[in-house]
Amino acid sequence: MSLLDRARAGDRRAVSRLLTLLDAAGPGGHPAVAEALRRRDRALVVGLTGPPGVGKSTLTSALIAEFRRRDRRVAVLCVDPSSPLTGGALLGDRIRMQRHVGDGGVFVRSMASRGHLGGLSAGTPAAVRVMEAAGFDVVLVETVGVGQSEVEIAALADTTAVVLAPGTGDAVQIAKAGVLEIGDVYVVNKADRPGAARIVRDLNAMTALNTASARPPVITTVATEDEGTAALVDELVARGIRRDGPTAVADVEYVEDEAALLALYGDAAAPAAHNGHSGLDARARDWLAAAALCLLATADAAGRCAVSPRGAARVLDDRTLVLPDGPGGRLDAHRDVLANPRVGLLFLVPGRRDALRVGGRARIVARAPYLAGLGADGEPAPSAIQVAVDEVVLYERWLPDAF
Amino acid sequence: MRRVRVVIAKPGLDGHDRGAKVVARALRDAGLEVIYTGLHQTPEQIVETAIQEGADAIGLSLLSGAHMTLVPRVLDLLAAADAADVAVFCGGIIPPDDIDALTGLGIVRIFTPSSSVEEIIAWARAELRPLEVAE
Repeated sequence: MSLLDRARAGDRRAVSRLLTLLDAAGPGGHPAVAEALRRRDRALVVGLTGPPGVGKSTLTSALIAEFRRRDRRVAVLCVDPSSPLTGGALLGDRIRMQRHVGDGGVFVRSMASRGHLGGLSAGTPAAVRVMEAAGFDVVLVETVGVGQSEVEIAALADTTAVVLAPGTGDAVQIAKAGVLEIGDVYVVNKADRPGAARIVRDLNAMTALNTASARPPVITTVATEDEGTAALVDELVARGIRRDGPTAVADVEYVEDEAALLALYGDAAAPAAHNGHSGLDARARDWLAAAALCLLATADAAGRCAVSPRGAARVLDDRTLVLPDGPGGRLDAHRDVLANPRVGLLFLVPGRRDALRVGGRARIVARAPYLAGLGADGEPAPSAIQVAVDEVVLYERWLPDAF
Repeated sequence: MRRVRVVIAKPGLDGHDRGAKVVARALRDAGLEVIYTGLHQTPEQIVETAIQEGADAIGLSLLSGAHMTLVPRVLDLLAAADAADVAVFCGGIIPPDDIDALTGLGIVRIFTPSSSVEEIIAWARAELRPLEVAE
């Protein structure tokens, strides 16, 4: 039986040895570790981060207890700082978790940050993968006590819980950037202490100003009394496993330039990105007449891309087409076009395996004779996106049969 | 080479952990990664902790007089867990006769209240090494 098989069968020494081998030789240094990192098992990975002293370890222990009540196997990785002077470390997080030591469904491993900034150690992401491969249902990752910029955990965890407690700072601290931007869930621990209600209020005020994402919940706990932890676990479970593939970084090689790309595909398979202008010839016009769906790609001034669905296009001449506004009413694409006129369009016809790509420059038209018949049910459209065509590319037999 | 990992534990019922904390701090300053378990640990908890943490050594702090019961128990549990290669050292109030007896059982080093922090650091640097990891 291999080391990984033994770990998956519940042998805790095998789990420990995998982690030690990972530490000693790196992600690719031992076959059993490499095998573990290739597996695609998923656990619910929860990050707990926040300033020192807010009770992260005690809360982690309470979460272990609550997940165990729900019969989940729980692995914990606790990261504490290494001394920048000697490289040594005093890892004390597990003091708060020793009540779980005899429980065969719990495995706690302490990790020293070893000079790695960001709140984790360099080996933490791969260690999470090892725990997932070893068959744990939940992996709790407790970061070092963080200031304001140790945000790596957000990229590793399905859900990042930012833990605060009374006495850790006022509303201005809360508005600062960094760790308070990454919370999927905010936890106010030691909620039985004076000042807790004010932190909850400040957090709610802060999250109400979030523009980019859904508003994160604020949950109060008293971890020493197991209060609020069931509600927190409910929230974590409801949010679920959000990563769709291995988080890990192990064993991945990236293409960084065109030469490396051509080495994979060969020159012939990779024509120049922009093919030059062939105009909207008769074939393209026939194609556009049949296309019922257009996907419009835009980018804002900073180069952040978006794609939005449009209906059929109308061809004005061999270098110009126009896209009527859909009924959706979102103006994301319009704002992008105002900031950056470059657009890409992909036209699709249901049942056909080819697709037509058009590249060009867009403008928003407020008044034009052709708007009259462009709206829904023949009404005038309030505006349209007019595209000056720069390139036309037909993708032949490119889509899957089922489309 | 990876860093040496040491579990520092207080088995049994005595509640005086200043010595354990001083040793933990000294080993940190010696460049080791020290996992501190806190007070009132059973031998079973200590051995399980050492296994989960991948410890190369265990330091036991005993001031209660129960060392002739608790220390051999830790050694037995390590052997039963296929972890007899983990080095075990002790500190505390341990009479000379018992020091000989515990050394005979395989305890690698015993520190007493007369031991200095410098002595402990020098010993840890010289003697503690990462264990080979078995398959």
